[in-house]
Amino acid sequence: MRPHDETMLLQTPFHARIAKACELNQWDEWKGYTTPHAYTEVEQEYFAIRNSSGVFDLTPMMKYRITGPDAEAFLNRLLTRDIRKVKVGRVAYAVWCDDGGQVMDDGTVFHLGRNDYRLCAYSRMMDWMQWSAMGFDVTIVDETAAVAALAIQGPTSCAILKAMGFEGIESLKPFGIRTFAFDGVILMVSRTGFTGDLGYELWIEPDKAESLWDKLFAAGKNFGIKPIGGAALELARIEAGFLQAGTDFVPAEETVRMGRSRSPFELGLGWLVSFDKPIFNGRRALLEEKKNGSRYRFVYLDVEGNKPAEHSFILKGNKVVGTVTSAAWCPTAKSNIAFAQVEARYGKPGEKLIAEVYYQRELQWSRVLAKCTVIESTVFNPPRRRQTPAADY
Amino acid sequence: MTDSQSNYDVIVVGAGHNGLICASYLARAGRKVLVVEVNSAPGGAAATREFSKGFSVSACAHWLYQLNPKVLKNLALESHGLEFVARDLDTIALAKDGNHIVLSSDSIEGESLTDSDKLAYQRFNQQMLKFSKLLASAFERRAPKLLDRNFTDLATLAKLGFGMKMLGREDMRDFIRLVLINIYDVMEENFDNELLKAAISIDGVLGSHMGPRSPNTVFGYLYRRLGDVYGYKGPAVIKGGMGALGEAIAASAQSSGVELRTDAAVAKINLDVNKVTGVTLVGGEVIDADLVVSNADPKTTFEKLIGFRNIETGVARRVSNIRSRGNAAKLHLALKRLPDFTGLSDAQKGQRLIIAPTMNYIELAFNAAKYGEYSEQPALDISIASLHDDSLVPAGSQVLSAIVQYAPHDLKQGWEVAKEPFKNLVIDCIAQYAPGIKELIVSSELLTPQDLASEFHMTGGHWHHGELSVDQVMMMRPFPGASQYGTSVEGLYLCGAGAHPGGGVMGLAGRNAATEIIKRGDAA
Amino acid sequence: MHGVQRMDVTKKYDAIVIGAGHNGLTNAAYLAKAGLEVLVLEKNSYIGGATVSRELHKDWKYSNCSYVCSLLRPEITRDLELPRHGLQVVPYGGSVTFCQNGDYFGDYPDHERQYREIARHSLRDANAYERYSADVMKQTRLIRPFLMRTPPDPTSLRPRDIKEMLVLGKAFAEMGEEGLADTLRFWTMSIGEYLDEYFETDVLKAHLAGSGIIGTALGVYSPGTAYVLLHHYMGDVDGTVGAWGFARGGMGAVADVLAASFQSFGGEIKNDAEVGKILVKNGKARGVALANGDEYYADTVVSNLDPKRTFLKIMDEKDLPEDIVRKARNFKIRGSSGKLNIALDGLPTFTGIPKNSPLLHTDMHILDSMERMEKAYDDWKAETWSKDPYVDMLIPTQIDPTMAPPGKHMMTVFVQYAPPRIDGAEWTDADRDRFGKNVIDQIAKYSPDFKDLILHCEVRTPREIEDEVGLTEGNIFMGELTFDQLLFNRPFPGYAQYRGPVKGMYMCGSGTHPGGGVMAAPGANAAREILLDLKLRNTVPAGYADD
Repeated sequence: MRPHDETMLLQTPFHARIAKACELNQWDEWKGYTTPHAYTEVEQEYFAIRNSSGVFDLTPMMKYRITGPDAEAFLNRLLTRDIRKVKVGRVAYAVWCDDGGQVMDDGTVFHLGRNDYRLCAYSRMMDWMQWSAMGFDVTIVDETAAVAALAIQGPTSCAILKAMGFEGIESLKPFGIRTFAFDGVILMVSRTGFTGDLGYELWIEPDKAESLWDKLFAAGKNFGIKPIGGAALELARIEAGFLQAGTDFVPAEETVRMGRSRSPFELGLGWLVSFDKPIFNGRRALLEEKKNGSRYRFVYLDVEGNKPAEHSFILKGNKVVGTVTSAAWCPTAKSNIAFAQVEARYGKPGEKLIAEVYYQRELQWSRVLAKCTVIESTVFNPPRRRQTPAADY
Repeated sequence: MTDSQSNYDVIVVGAGHNGLICASYLARAGRKVLVVEVNSAPGGAAATREFSKGFSVSACAHWLYQLNPKVLKNLALESHGLEFVARDLDTIALAKDGNHIVLSSDSIEGESLTDSDKLAYQRFNQQMLKFSKLLASAFERRAPKLLDRNFTDLATLAKLGFGMKMLGREDMRDFIRLVLINIYDVMEENFDNELLKAAISIDGVLGSHMGPRSPNTVFGYLYRRLGDVYGYKGPAVIKGGMGALGEAIAASAQSSGVELRTDAAVAKINLDVNKVTGVTLVGGEVIDADLVVSNADPKTTFEKLIGFRNIETGVARRVSNIRSRGNAAKLHLALKRLPDFTGLSDAQKGQRLIIAPTMNYIELAFNAAKYGEYSEQPALDISIASLHDDSLVPAGSQVLSAIVQYAPHDLKQGWEVAKEPFKNLVIDCIAQYAPGIKELIVSSELLTPQDLASEFHMTGGHWHHGELSVDQVMMMRPFPGASQYGTSVEGLYLCGAGAHPGGGVMGLAGRNAATEIIKRGDAA
Repeated sequence: MHGVQRMDVTKKYDAIVIGAGHNGLTNAAYLAKAGLEVLVLEKNSYIGGATVSRELHKDWKYSNCSYVCSLLRPEITRDLELPRHGLQVVPYGGSVTFCQNGDYFGDYPDHERQYREIARHSLRDANAYERYSADVMKQTRLIRPFLMRTPPDPTSLRPRDIKEMLVLGKAFAEMGEEGLADTLRFWTMSIGEYLDEYFETDVLKAHLAGSGIIGTALGVYSPGTAYVLLHHYMGDVDGTVGAWGFARGGMGAVADVLAASFQSFGGEIKNDAEVGKILVKNGKARGVALANGDEYYADTVVSNLDPKRTFLKIMDEKDLPEDIVRKARNFKIRGSSGKLNIALDGLPTFTGIPKNSPLLHTDMHILDSMERMEKAYDDWKAETWSKDPYVDMLIPTQIDPTMAPPGKHMMTVFVQYAPPRIDGAEWTDADRDRFGKNVIDQIAKYSPDFKDLILHCEVRTPREIEDEVGLTEGNIFMGELTFDQLLFNRPFPGYAQYRGPVKGMYMCGSGTHPGGGVMAAPGANAAREILLDLKLRNTVPAGYADD
């Protein structure tokens, strides 16, 4: 067999280090890669993110490099937001839609240079991007395997990077990009992340991955650095209010049942839609939707009690008006949060709804009708997340 | 860049027959219409071409057999110069030994035919006419949407449903069965005579990338027989060639107030985000209008004139998936005098002559096209129009025009090298039925689908601007989401053969598009 | 004693089913379950029709017609308690196509390796495959609910037909306007053109297109073949839609358990009992006469034979309305496939693939380009077998230990195309042998040690399939699966509700809705209609709803 088919799952360039640190030996699969579910204890890993620093291997994330004279125009047609407003050296969160205005995926766009972008995505997008590239002079390369990436997230993350010798890193603003020399190559650092905390993402060529890991952990030794798995990250992102493709919505082209996809408005991402720009995919449908109203509304719910409302029906009186897509008890915010999809006429901020929560203790299932309140914004949003220059802890 | 002074309501891109017809109806409804045409003469593929000094010929389509009579009447084409020099011609299936079969509108003659075939033909013919009539009822209206319906579409569906019911239960069931199957099997079900089967089946495949065994070819046949519903009992010949039809339609349009600019190539259709604002001509002139109707094929319209980058990806994908692989070439021969055809009288030589001895012959000819090769033994549809119209040729001379299948647009070996050998091969093929014809040739030309594509701006050189197969008709034509002439671009309409109901010199796409635009009124 | 024998011959049954194919047995089982006294008459000395395993070489079992199982309706499997009678279906996944240049395309059963393998040829195609799968799944989900339903007659105004048309209409309406247009396109397009809309890699297209032409007298670029592909995707194994499995012990196991189920309801099967005529009196079916002259009587007679055989061979033209004779003559049931069943001394190796590859457990295809696929069909059109044939091979003995001695293997080789007649003449034994040799040579090009391992080989052309199984022209689906012969058009418009033109006479074979493959739905659906006519309690389960 050839290299591409000898194993079912691939390993990232950090794998040797991760395997050694992964004492629990619990693994997940992420876009064809083996990825750690948890290293030691999920709660400890989660608190590393909130209290010191957690390191997460995000190499499997789909990464597309888009270059060429029409790169900006291409992205502007692909994405719903106006990419012309994202300056070189900046990163932007974005969604993209099919013609029906249904979200195909969300991700981040890195503006690396003039007409030079990196699009990070959850889904594999090459087919759609190639169709979208017709009429544009662009080159699209899948560089997922060519770029190794680590996220370092948490209040001491800036201090750790400083300890590594990245001078001036504290002045990097949120969604900013900076490059540093590292071990003879260029390391790109962006102040981005999926935890809602102070944090950075480090991008480097795969050959230097282990060296980066080693130096990062050496520098972080006195700053409480810990590797974190997918479970801890999941908790952090729910607390921070971030949507997860495949969990909080189904990428439009993957749905086989009518009406199971969602528009940006229905995901609470209307702010990412800009009608003041040239045509983009979904424009007609989204204009229609704006005029005629959406079918669903995405809401954050503050759920009474401490039982996570996972997979709960959301009721108004006795009527089912929606379902929960993500839910967790948030250990830092001390709040019981749920993301839900409800019928559009429900879920205005402040509205009281009911979550039908089931939980089990020693094989006995209990049902709780938990009151919940629609809240406007997320429960975890510390000043250190935005503060520039970044604090040391 | 200069802005044009005139203010047009509508700009029609392309003065093909559908573009002009659409323009006429719009002008009659009070719209100020400009038609811009890249070529010097109007008519598009309804063109006459002087391919050799003194010899003219219909350059693309060479028979008129399904021009919608309402269009003919509404536009008063006969008072604008349209003159039929021959009508209701027979189709003669040539046999090398001279045992030809003559197909008239409702009967067949030929020594090789059995009585049972003759009887079967009458039954077959009647049934096909019933079915064509049913199609015709759906073709004079826009293709209905099936779910997002409104009154117009419901009426169309009701009409279709009623038409189906009126067929009677058995014919209705037969219709459902036949419309998707291949003409080969239907021929086998009905007839014994090979030449007869071939002569009928060729009408199911002319102009398409299909052979008699390809499912959907019964639909192609029914489409062709629409002419019978419109009162044509066989093909007709126009004085001055098909270009004269273009001229007549242009004259009629102009008399209704349409402004026609020839030698004016549209470089692009201008947009404000997703709304049409007019066109820019090659050379930079900008002409404004809130409505642009494109007579160009959908691929040309969206890919070249609008630009894929200016529409949404899904629409661009739909457009690029339209199949429009032209397979018909045109052979033109300038002849010193009328050639001899084995077993044909002089009067018969003016009829529509078919060379296709068996269905398997046609199928084998098609096999080559599947692999990007031309047919070693092509099937031909021949017209000697000069027998009806001596204005086409120098005195005493004749001109022969043949539609030749199959000659794929994307020929593997390339047409630069293949054109000459293929032309000779086709002439050899004719010579088998018309011995001595080679000595009469003064000059000759072969137009490949690539030539037709560049001459008439049809993607793939496809007559119908897109294959007429069941997956590309009605609410799938030209593609789902653009089947009612309007498109995803505000103010952009399609009126060419790529739109419902399709091509052929019929005029309904243009007429229906105009009806739709007028119906939508200010909302258009 | 003599008296007893006479009584036996003249005994009147409640129902007679002609043919012990899987549909005949299913039909009979449901009738017997409703309390009817049912007799199944089978011309062969074994049961199963084309759902059969036979020991043609000592210690080897050949599934010598159908060879894998996916379509068998789970409702029926469960309802007739087939597992209790011994049925085990073991799923397998994946497939592979061997390439002429020594490479191969491996359609791995696991998603990620499959992705990387497609990406090796085209990254874009690897991504497009997800969209393709979702789109085909949409079509599959549309058709699946109708497998266990009787098609409505669109020309009828009877309340039941209108109700069923509404069910059909509702399912279509749920696709949305553009989705509906896409559905109409899917049903009328060729598999080649459909795949062209998704993929750029020739070998990937060729690999997928095979499902569009198997058992079908059409080419990959013939309109209508996209639906045929669906016919191979609409089954499931334990709820995994599109999955395929091996019946442990070979496909004959399916027939055996259906027979056991039928017999558990008191049913009776007679082998070596070829029906010569369906007896009709006063416009009503009253029984059958065997070829040997024996007669059996019943007011309900069900034919598991194909429509051509049923109406043109075992029914008298004078007993039938004119239209059905014409329709039966025009029914398209052209043979297009052949089969080789091979006993192997060991596991053959294939160029480029290591011995331990999971791909060897899967469907192995030969023909790596659409042009080769289409040219294989050109040969069929020219009334000869494909010189460069499409082959779907499986070695089930790697998974099923019951079919060959340990260490030995059985290979089933499905071959497309083989015409029903050669140059207008009947197949001869010499033709058959040359056909078989051509296929073996084809396989040997990709497996150098294959020929040396052959212990025994059974070659089946459409002639053998027709002669032994009774499928007209050797068509494995009992009639082509094109839209003009599907749903309310199957087998003929106006006769799609399992009732024949003569009162008391029914059809239950794959020639009826929903068509061929070892599905058993036609047999069950026909039973439901018969019981309805007899005003008996319905014993046929409703289809499971897909969520």
